[in-house]
Amino acid sequence: MSTFVPQLRANRHARAQRGRRSSLRTWRWGDRLVLLGAWAGGLGLCVLAAAIVTYMGYRGIQYLRPGLLFTRPELSASQSHSGGFLDPLIGTVLLTVIGIVLAFPLAIASAVWIAEYGRPRWLARVVESSIEIVAGTPDIVIAIFGLAVFQLSILAPLSFTASGGGVWGKSFIAAGAMMSLIALPPLFTATRDGLQAVPAHMREAAFALGKTRIATIRRVLLPGVRANVATGVTLGISRIVGDTAIVILLLGSTLHIESQGGMPGVNLLRGTGSTLTSYVYDNSPAGEGNASQKAYAAAFVLLLLVLALNMAVDFIGRKHARSTGLGTGAQI
Amino acid sequence: MLERLRRPWPDHRAERALGAMSSLVCLCVVAMVGFVALRAWPTFEHQGLSWLGSGGEVDRQIGGMIATSVHPPASAFYVRAWPILYGTLLTTAIALPLGLGLALLSSIFIVELAPARLRRVAIPVIRLLASVPSVIYGLIGVLVLVPFVGNHVITTSEKTSVQNVVQLNGAGLAVAAVILTVMITPIMVALISDALSSVPVAWREGAAALGVNPMRATLAVTVRAARPAIVAAAVLATARALGEAVMLSMVSGSRSFSPKPVDGVIFFFEPLRTLAASIVEFAEGLGAPALRSTIYAFAFLLLFSAFALSVAGYLVKLPLRKYQVRA
Amino acid sequence: MRKSAANGSTMREPDVPPVRTIVVDRAPVPVTPPTAREAVRAPSSVGSERLRLEDVSISYGGKMAVRSVTLPIHQGEVLALIGPSGCGKTTLLRTLNRLTELTPSAIRLGRVLLDGEDVDELADTTLRARVAMVFQQPNPFPMSIFDNVAFALREQSRKRPRRGELEPLVLDALRRAGLYEEVREELDRPALRLSGGQQQRLCIARAIAPRPEVLLMDEPCSALDPISTGVIEQLIGELRRELAVVIVTHNLAQAHRVADKVAFMYLGDLVEYGSTAEVFEEPRAARTRDYVRGAFG
Repeated sequence: MSTFVPQLRANRHARAQRGRRSSLRTWRWGDRLVLLGAWAGGLGLCVLAAAIVTYMGYRGIQYLRPGLLFTRPELSASQSHSGGFLDPLIGTVLLTVIGIVLAFPLAIASAVWIAEYGRPRWLARVVESSIEIVAGTPDIVIAIFGLAVFQLSILAPLSFTASGGGVWGKSFIAAGAMMSLIALPPLFTATRDGLQAVPAHMREAAFALGKTRIATIRRVLLPGVRANVATGVTLGISRIVGDTAIVILLLGSTLHIESQGGMPGVNLLRGTGSTLTSYVYDNSPAGEGNASQKAYAAAFVLLLLVLALNMAVDFIGRKHARSTGLGTGAQI
Repeated sequence: MLERLRRPWPDHRAERALGAMSSLVCLCVVAMVGFVALRAWPTFEHQGLSWLGSGGEVDRQIGGMIATSVHPPASAFYVRAWPILYGTLLTTAIALPLGLGLALLSSIFIVELAPARLRRVAIPVIRLLASVPSVIYGLIGVLVLVPFVGNHVITTSEKTSVQNVVQLNGAGLAVAAVILTVMITPIMVALISDALSSVPVAWREGAAALGVNPMRATLAVTVRAARPAIVAAAVLATARALGEAVMLSMVSGSRSFSPKPVDGVIFFFEPLRTLAASIVEFAEGLGAPALRSTIYAFAFLLLFSAFALSVAGYLVKLPLRKYQVRA
Repeated sequence: MRKSAANGSTMREPDVPPVRTIVVDRAPVPVTPPTAREAVRAPSSVGSERLRLEDVSISYGGKMAVRSVTLPIHQGEVLALIGPSGCGKTTLLRTLNRLTELTPSAIRLGRVLLDGEDVDELADTTLRARVAMVFQQPNPFPMSIFDNVAFALREQSRKRPRRGELEPLVLDALRRAGLYEEVREELDRPALRLSGGQQQRLCIARAIAPRPEVLLMDEPCSALDPISTGVIEQLIGELRRELAVVIVTHNLAQAHRVADKVAFMYLGDLVEYGSTAEVFEEPRAARTRDYVRGAFG
């Protein structure tokens, strides 16, 4: 029936032959320009990305010593031999943890509510619009909002209070809370899309077995969208790690992590510090220090971190797609 | 008590709990608008909308605010922030068309023209560009591009010709606009290429069967069908460009100067300031009430523009909707 | 009801459903037998040979889809390709305008001649301007009705023609496709708002607007309701006068109604080719006879 005919190989027409294509000469001028531009644009972006990564790598290797990662920063006139960026590194990690811990329950709860319940309808629309608004708000506005909130006297325990009575408003918990706001939209969107992509028959099968809706969600649906949640968390982490504006405004930009007050765990949260991003900013010509070498080194570490997170998203997506055939909602 | 929590919850209680948590987000948004508006109110109260106009040196006006007391008189709130507004509009107005054009061309490349191997490379590359933190863009800008422009592109005669008014050291409109374009393009490429590749095969096949060459088919059918997505991408990119603070504060020259097109080529090298970058730069002075309300007024303006953009995007998409397939 | 049998045991009579009487209050309407509906197949002069397939074989990724087919297609006649699913008729149709090239793994042997020229020598856009195609699912573009019909006219030309130049051609195409009366007031309405049958006629109008020489139709009525199907079959009969039509259909009755010549394909081979009367009433191959009598398919 469908057999492979041997003479197909021997025949000289047997390569996947194409007849003549319309020559470029018949194209309109504008179309030819678009063709040229498309190739130029596509290749140009790739070249640009390669250039950025290569240049940062070059500078990073030039200035990054492993010791820098483990030494605390020091104030000193000679910037190239003094101190590393351990504190900013810890600051980045700490902020990420706080941000994700605060955003996770809120994002998952909202995604589940929207995807599975969603009544009353007007409230669902309002919630979705709110999250879109938060997603579209520039991080500088979120930062300034955070300042406004955490400078209220009610929230004085969450940060440092100056002797004049003015609430400082800058602390890890303040920055972390605002970081949770910017990590919320990606996590919410990834989870909600994952839940909505679950085919209806899975839910119906669970209901037919007599499970309540919430039990279905806990036992059947949420485990099924683990990859989407993982993607969302990674995207959220990526946004937190790369954010500078919130850090500059809400973390106090102290070189070392300075804890406030008496209680061991809490005083860290109330304390100030810096992250990789604010460290880079402060050491660049735009900030106070003028230690471009340190800035390059820290920026290189930051870039590696972001690259690793990107690859993690890729990896989760591919693994999930292989096992289920569904996507994880990660964008291009 | 813990017993009750550990037992499987009935649906209605779970629904209500989840709904309550979801509403917290709405609360955050309301709080955000409320706080910003509240803190910005004094400027509006004393200035009305005229603080958006021009008149005098903005930097000096803002400098004067830092030293005010706790209850400043109305005159302390005087500011004419038009140069800052102008800088914001200028950088966005240059970066957006450039970025949109670049994004459209690159998307066509990725979806239609690139051979499979190149496409597999290009997609992670675009994602990488989109996730590079803005501070790294700013660092490369201030350590590489600004010196390059300052030393090799701007001629000495150009510098001397304006040195009484402003210093040209490379940090200015050109570098800011270029880096901003590179920052907003990947977002648009992601959205547009998604839309281009989800145009139904039936349309593309139909166009091919009608004897139009592939580029014509792409432009006349695929790109045309993806117009709502292109609008959405443009709106998103504009919002991002308006809100970009850190990179611009590093490369834009940080002077509240209005670049003048009549200056010719020098126009592109003149320094400027944008709303978002100003918030970052003046943030230390938030103790002074006059400065604080001015900065919150800037923030309120940004918030309002983000809203306005979403509405504008929705309105532009509305007439396009009638030609689309009703899924 | 119980009845006692002769041997004394009781036996139940099975319950019978009550007899219902049907009251006929009007005389039954006689159905026109198929042979009487000759209107679609008005006799037309068969013209010269437009398309010719010579020893065409097509394979997809190593599997043969069509094996060594030789067929002529004449001006003024409708050729129906019939056969069960998967026998290669759509593949054969799509190779006539080189649409199979859109699939990377397709290989075609043999030649296809359009008016004596090898179609491989023509630019693919030129070929498809002369050989048009209508698909199974109506696929109007997301534009207005006018823009849809004018599409080929606009995009095939070097300089974009003005609307004034296009309008008579568009209206003419709509008339030839039998859609003009229904949409004359609303040429700027979105094409996707039309009904299924109207959309398919729009696709036909769009295909014939640039005055092609051959029209290929891939099961054009399979997604449509019977009334639209009838309208389009009528249309085919009229279009036949100006161009050659090749129609793929799995509906034998439709082939019988519409076609002048029929080619029966089975699993990639051309089993029989002849006029409609020959293939349906006196087929030469046994397999053809089985198929047209509905023994399989």
